[in-house]
Amino acid sequence: MGRIHSIQSLGTVDGPGVRCVVFCQGCPLRCGYCHNPDTWDPAAGREVTAEEVFRQAARFRPYFGTEGGITLSGGEPLLQPAFVRELFSRCKEAGIHTALDTSGALWNEEVEAVLAVTDLVLLDLKMTNDADYRQHIGCSLEKPLFFLEKLREKGIPCWIRQVIVPGVNDTEENVEALNRLIAGHPQVKRVQLLPFKKICKTKYDQMGIPFPFDRYSHCPPERAKELEKAVRLPSV
Amino acid sequence: MEMMQWQGFKGENWKETIDVRDFIQQNYTPYEGDGSFLAGPTPRTEGLMKRLNTLLQMEKEFGGVLDIDTTTVSSLTSYAPGYLDKDKELIVGLQTNRPLKRGVNPFGGIRMARQACEAYGYKLSDKIEDEFQFRTTHNDGVFRVYTKEMRAARKAGVITGLPDAYGRGRIIGDYRRVALYGVDRLIAEKQKDKARIGEGLMNVDTIRQSEELFQQINFLGKLKEMAAMYGIDISQPADTAREAIQWLYFGYLAANKEQNGAAMSLGRTSTFLDIYIQRDLERGTLTEEGAQELMDDFVMKLRMARHLRTPEYNELFGGDPMWITESVGGMGEDGRPMVTKNSFRVLNTLYNLGPAPEPNLTVLWSEKLPVPFKEFCAKLSIDTDSIQYENDDLMRPTYGDDYGIACCVSAMQIGKQMQFFGARCNLPKLLLLALNGGHDQLSGLNLGPQMEVCGEEVLDYDKVMERFVTYRDWLCNLYVNTMNVIHYMHDKYAYEKIQMALHDTDVHRFMAFGVAGLSVIADSLSAIKYAKVKPIRDDQGYICDFETVGEFPKYGNDDDRVDQIAREMLEGVSAQLKKTPTYRDAEHTLSVLTITSNVMYGKKTGSTPDGRKKGEPFAPGANPMHNRDQSGALASLNSVAKMPYDCCRDGISNTFSIVPEALGGDDSERVTNLVAILDGYFHQMAHHVNINVLNREKLMDAYENPDKYPNLTIRVSGYAVNFCKLSREQQREVISRTFHEAV
Repeated sequence: MGRIHSIQSLGTVDGPGVRCVVFCQGCPLRCGYCHNPDTWDPAAGREVTAEEVFRQAARFRPYFGTEGGITLSGGEPLLQPAFVRELFSRCKEAGIHTALDTSGALWNEEVEAVLAVTDLVLLDLKMTNDADYRQHIGCSLEKPLFFLEKLREKGIPCWIRQVIVPGVNDTEENVEALNRLIAGHPQVKRVQLLPFKKICKTKYDQMGIPFPFDRYSHCPPERAKELEKAVRLPSV
Repeated sequence: MEMMQWQGFKGENWKETIDVRDFIQQNYTPYEGDGSFLAGPTPRTEGLMKRLNTLLQMEKEFGGVLDIDTTTVSSLTSYAPGYLDKDKELIVGLQTNRPLKRGVNPFGGIRMARQACEAYGYKLSDKIEDEFQFRTTHNDGVFRVYTKEMRAARKAGVITGLPDAYGRGRIIGDYRRVALYGVDRLIAEKQKDKARIGEGLMNVDTIRQSEELFQQINFLGKLKEMAAMYGIDISQPADTAREAIQWLYFGYLAANKEQNGAAMSLGRTSTFLDIYIQRDLERGTLTEEGAQELMDDFVMKLRMARHLRTPEYNELFGGDPMWITESVGGMGEDGRPMVTKNSFRVLNTLYNLGPAPEPNLTVLWSEKLPVPFKEFCAKLSIDTDSIQYENDDLMRPTYGDDYGIACCVSAMQIGKQMQFFGARCNLPKLLLLALNGGHDQLSGLNLGPQMEVCGEEVLDYDKVMERFVTYRDWLCNLYVNTMNVIHYMHDKYAYEKIQMALHDTDVHRFMAFGVAGLSVIADSLSAIKYAKVKPIRDDQGYICDFETVGEFPKYGNDDDRVDQIAREMLEGVSAQLKKTPTYRDAEHTLSVLTITSNVMYGKKTGSTPDGRKKGEPFAPGANPMHNRDQSGALASLNSVAKMPYDCCRDGISNTFSIVPEALGGDDSERVTNLVAILDGYFHQMAHHVNINVLNREKLMDAYENPDKYPNLTIRVSGYAVNFCKLSREQQREVISRTFHEAV
């Protein structure tokens, strides 16, 4: 069994092609810009079986084309590794491409077993230095880097993603630091810099909790695009 | 038979008998490349378009109608030749003597013609009034025969929008025949048919057919005369690409002069024309730029087509539509794509001339279409919101590879099949009528079987269905009979002479029924089945509203519990309609299509158990109700894809709006993803989809500041409209629809 927040039948921004995105419930981190605070509580959401979710996702298979598939996002899917592994195994059997959107903050044997049935990891490298990680995210930089190293060992393709927040990490220097972190990781196939948006504010208001990054302004999409040009993909 | 104009064309069968399909199959050149060969507009095209845009602006400033000729009854030869710019036009011919000036066509009904004139500040001339005092119109004929019950059903709005006071349309002449054969040959063939009929028994059917053939032959003669007024002799086949387009357009123009039909569709012409263009390119007498210029000029003419219609008509079909539907692409029965370079050229007119709702460009989608063509279409949708898609893989097995779409979603073999158009019945209203035992709350009329008002405290699904079926069966029978009256009279008093002259003499007829409010009735029945629905009664004991407590599955979320209700509803109506025989043994078909009439149907319907309040619009066509499709775009598409085309062969319309960001991060991703979505949707044997890629904010801005968006084109329900030409109510309804957003 697993707990999910919701299923979005059409996702085009979490992995390649047309994807069915499943939002898992529960997250150990508290990122200052988090746009899904309603997925934090591991006891909330609804309980489902992997088979149930698989059957629903498989309904969208005709749309996946050659690139698309299923993406597990959240929340942090790896809080429920057994559920994720069962779901991904079913997808793999059926020939559906599997993508895992994770913070890389968790590691154990069960997590490792999930990677055996994962085609692509969307790894959030949320900040590029340890101090920022501890201040804004709630874990150390070491953890996602360890995860990234494991992906290299296993040769699992991955996309690196980072939300760009003006006044926090919207500089060329930050991109340079990111380049250094991913250098030597040929499994990194793409880097996406995502502009910070504040449309999630209403969710915080509805939940009656403060939006930590309310003090920052949103990032113009053009700025994120511009910074993306400074990204250097590791050579294979 | 051999004609010198056919030099270089292959094949024999099409020369012996009228067989345009055979000509196309023997001679067309499939094209599997991309759009990089296309030419932009020439200065000549741009000059003409500028002139046309000025006229369009004036038309708008004049309240939607630039001018009306109130003294002339529109026909093939009743106006002097008209031009946009005589010296510069490559393709000529206008409906009246001036661009955008509308003619009067009282054959559908004199009252409608009179009202239409008055609505725009004109007065129908005494001359026409006098002339039609002694003539029976289609409208007169229908009302001589309508029963009391038919009138009541019409008045209450259980059946609405019937073509009993306007031209039925949805007939596609095979205009290509004019180009391929020349008019003399067409006349000769019809004369042979008429002689053959005369050799057999003369009964009601053959006498009527014989008289129709007389009229067809007569009007083919007038078609030649009309062309001659422009200094062009079309008695012989066309010899060049320019002539082929001109001959074909004259056929279409003649139809428009003769008939004010609700939908005046063009057919499937671009690949046919490609054969002529290709021959000229090979002969070295035409360049790519020249070919595009011809298509641009042709499309400009189509964009000038106009009919004079009443405000009541506009309430049903908003935005002054003509449905000049041109079907593009598709696959051949032999497995070759029917995409040619000219398929690209006709679509390219949206770039060269700017986005516009007409012609109604309709891509016949097949999974097997060449990928560059699919991507070109997807890009065009993203850029212009002007085209629609219909499933060729679904239709080809039934209609072959030479069918076209009439109006929005009605498939028919070109020149071999036609339909009797029948608007639609209002299913949610029928449910309310059943619950109230044959009393219509809104009009106060009693109609249908009379019984006790449903007396339960909480509605019971099985009992409601039992009641509903009784009323459904009553309505289906009444609906067929009403249509029989309408089409008998239309044939008698407003027969489409030139369009039927461009059909085979032995034509297959469909009778196209329709339903409105599919999602409302499906959700209402779902609410009764899965939640608690308590009727609220007025002081006379009639049910006037509902209190619905609890959750229930809603159509549009890929949930079989309710999707199955919708499906069974269509199967039930279709089966029941087939029990009443039709006029001229037409084949019963059914559509789920509302055009913009979903607004008006909603207005005529009280509160429904799904929570929709009295007067609120329905969702259009087979769309899920606004913002009830909460599981994302694909789940919404999946629900619609489940609706059975087998019993809805007149089409199942879905209008899909998505914000650009939800389609992907950049242009190339959006194109790839839209292609994947279309492939996925049609793979499940869905029938039709309109694609809009735009933000709600843009429409809201256009609602407030129409002058900023003179050319904003959007797809509504089987056709495209200029957003600013919709009524305020229709605009609000479009804005309130679901826009699938990025998560």
